[in-house]
Amino acid sequence: MLAQSLADGILTGAIIALGAIGVSFGLQILKFANFAHSELLTWGAYLALVFVAFAGPGTPTAELSFGWQMMAAMLLAALLTGGLAWLVDLLIFRRLRRMGSHPMSLVFAAFGAALVMRHVVVLIWGHGTHFYTRELQIAIEVLPGVRMLPDQIFILGLAIVIVVALHLYLTYSRTGMAMRAMAESPSLARACGIEVENVIRWTWILSGGLAAMAGVFLGLTPQLHPEMGFSLLLALFAASILGGTGSLAGAVIGGLLVGLAENLSVFLIGSGYKTAMPFLVLLLVLFFRPQGLFGEKS
Amino acid sequence: MSEPILIARDIVAGYAPDLPIVHGVSADIAPGEVVTIIGPNGAGKSTFVKALVGLLPISGGRVTLGGRDITGRPAHALVADGIAFVPQTANIFASLTIHENLVVGGHTVRGDLRSRLERSYAMFPELAAKRNQRARVLSGGQRQMLAIGRALMTNPSVVVLDEPTAGLAPKVVGEVFVELRRLATSGVAVLMVEQNARAALAISDRGCVLAEGRNRAGGRAADLLADTVLAEAFLGGRKAH
Repeated sequence: MLAQSLADGILTGAIIALGAIGVSFGLQILKFANFAHSELLTWGAYLALVFVAFAGPGTPTAELSFGWQMMAAMLLAALLTGGLAWLVDLLIFRRLRRMGSHPMSLVFAAFGAALVMRHVVVLIWGHGTHFYTRELQIAIEVLPGVRMLPDQIFILGLAIVIVVALHLYLTYSRTGMAMRAMAESPSLARACGIEVENVIRWTWILSGGLAAMAGVFLGLTPQLHPEMGFSLLLALFAASILGGTGSLAGAVIGGLLVGLAENLSVFLIGSGYKTAMPFLVLLLVLFFRPQGLFGEKS
Repeated sequence: MSEPILIARDIVAGYAPDLPIVHGVSADIAPGEVVTIIGPNGAGKSTFVKALVGLLPISGGRVTLGGRDITGRPAHALVADGIAFVPQTANIFASLTIHENLVVGGHTVRGDLRSRLERSYAMFPELAAKRNQRARVLSGGQRQMLAIGRALMTNPSVVVLDEPTAGLAPKVVGEVFVELRRLATSGVAVLMVEQNARAALAISDRGCVLAEGRNRAGGRAADLLADTVLAEAFLGGRKAH
């Protein structure tokens, strides 16, 4: 029972982590709390649905409930959502930056953008739920007492691959270094010849791509609905703040801890309070360690 | 003395376009020269150099680099043009390693950075020993060396420094000045703003005195140091190290 909850927590945590990375990028590099980020998860999931609607989820491969078409849909959704994130920046946030707006103005603009993005999803795809595939799956016993669906194992594995790839990119690529440099000091980055707007564009595209992956993973386990991203918004922020906004590892570990807290809370309090756990985590962090686990005191 | 490479004429600049702090300052510098800008607090020294490197808007006047008009070009473009800037505070990325700081310094350079990295490490062996450590572990003097090494990654023709010795121990101040002199000897034009006016002028070819956002005096550094009236007004109080 405990082992099963741990496994479920890690899976939820991995998905939250992918979304929380984008929130951390927002806080560090774009310097504002992007409350529209959760809508990118929703959009990513629905954009993949468009492709799946045309191509089908594919013949189930190995034990999975889908085939290569679903994987292609993920990739396409990641690209398109990256583009969407950049488009939202062009239409809204870049204008505000150029006007030298206060970061709070960007936060409020993000709330507005989130509302519009969420309701456009309802407008196009309706209020109801959607599924990528209706294949039934049988859980496999991966460890004694721990059963996971093959799709869930796939998601966990891919999430780990994505995080490792992102880590390598941020550590070794020159654009990755420029992003970290920007996070520490935009003015010094400019003095080093870094084009700030270029880095911002990349940040949006990466955040959007990661959000789309998280969204598709949410949609696979098991369904899509217009509030799927929004309902994770607090968990994403809790993860990002818990980890400390200073590092990629922070957002990932923060995500895992929030996922675990949600799934393990059922042992202490009723499962009805599960969704309240991110709030509790957020409050505890802000009380006892406002800089986050890996953040530095400023 | 060779022809000036960087020429600034009647520069008007400030943080907001309608509130200039610098009211028509001129300066020039030739390859191989060290030129120091001195003056009391609030004279507009920092504003002037930040405008030169594109970090503040220029609302009047003209800047040329090697005869080409570069007025109003953005900071990142000027780095690619060959003007490097070392800000006064927070001039390194503390959260990045020393190696990463240098790589970011070479951001505008296409292609391999290896030979440039090796040159920086050869110049500052202390940095080479710590290349994979975060820059926050460095001492004040080492930070300044890293900031200079970072600025040199683009092979700049002009290096502009805003108070490179601010907050450094007296012994380290001398080391930084020696390094800057050495840099000029290699053919780079070194333009700096300094509060350690006497010590800076002692290693400079020329000086430029600003007051209230205007040129107040200028000329050979040795002459400025010998000028008793000027010394009384601008160099007093502060003793040479």
